[in-house]
Amino acid sequence: MLIETINIVLLGMLALTALAAVRLHDLFAVTIMFGIYSLLAAVVFVVLDAVDVAFTEAAVGVGISTVLMLATIGLVGRHEQRPVHRPLLPLLVVAVTGAALVYGTLDMPFFADPAAPVHQHVVPYYLGKSPEQTGIPNVVTSILASYRGYDTLGELAVIFTAGVGVLALLGLRRRKRPSKEHPTP
Amino acid sequence: MNVAGLYNYWIVILLMMTGFYVVISSGNLVKKIIGLNLFQASVFILYISMGKVMNGAVPILREGVTTYSNPLPHVLILTAIVVGVATTALGLALVVRIREAYGSVEEDDIHRQDESL
Repeated sequence: MLIETINIVLLGMLALTALAAVRLHDLFAVTIMFGIYSLLAAVVFVVLDAVDVAFTEAAVGVGISTVLMLATIGLVGRHEQRPVHRPLLPLLVVAVTGAALVYGTLDMPFFADPAAPVHQHVVPYYLGKSPEQTGIPNVVTSILASYRGYDTLGELAVIFTAGVGVLALLGLRRRKRPSKEHPTP
Repeated sequence: MNVAGLYNYWIVILLMMTGFYVVISSGNLVKKIIGLNLFQASVFILYISMGKVMNGAVPILREGVTTYSNPLPHVLILTAIVVGVATTALGLALVVRIREAYGSVEEDDIHRQDESL
């Protein structure tokens, strides 16, 4: 019961952080709110038994994402223009989409239900056979690197493509014209 | 209706819609990307919530434990987090390039400049 209570409180804090990020117009503050949001998400992952995901989120989501955003704000300026149009249409779209999604959850298996279909298919096989087939006690590692190794290879292809894209957009151009340090307004 | 059983999903939907709202209502490209990241992190929480098993333990096999939480969503989300950072980096690089070309990261300014050509 303690875990459920902590879970409920943390998710409430996540909601407050997200709403604060919407209302702020200083991009530096929005980025810091996003960092807090990611850190709270990492704590939620610890509570929900996903320790590997938690430290990846804490390192990559909180660390690298926030640094990338801060670096971008340093280049493009930190103040957002106040919106000129009224937010009625976006609010309507968001409300309708949210209502449709809430309707969709009514058929979902309840939280932490051991009989949910997601726990029935291949997972008992992985949990039972992993020690003898791979010799690794951490089942997340054995699925990531062994049973679903090709998925991880695909992930590497995506990261490589993104890295090439970033270099093509920023890195190579800058080197040709080293005199242009700052972006022209 | 079991509110406690669906509470996680509803909060996730609230977070998802907050991110979606930022993406469609904000004119600033950096804030749009932050909104996309809020949306993305909420999807991670949805998956991890589905992987939790009542009284389950962390899926690292050891003596004396019989119930483990589901490790498969954890693996999928580990992949998604890393891919998410790669796409965020690409998006932010595009924003920096747009700023170099147009001198602004506000959607309205960029549209006005495109129309005046």
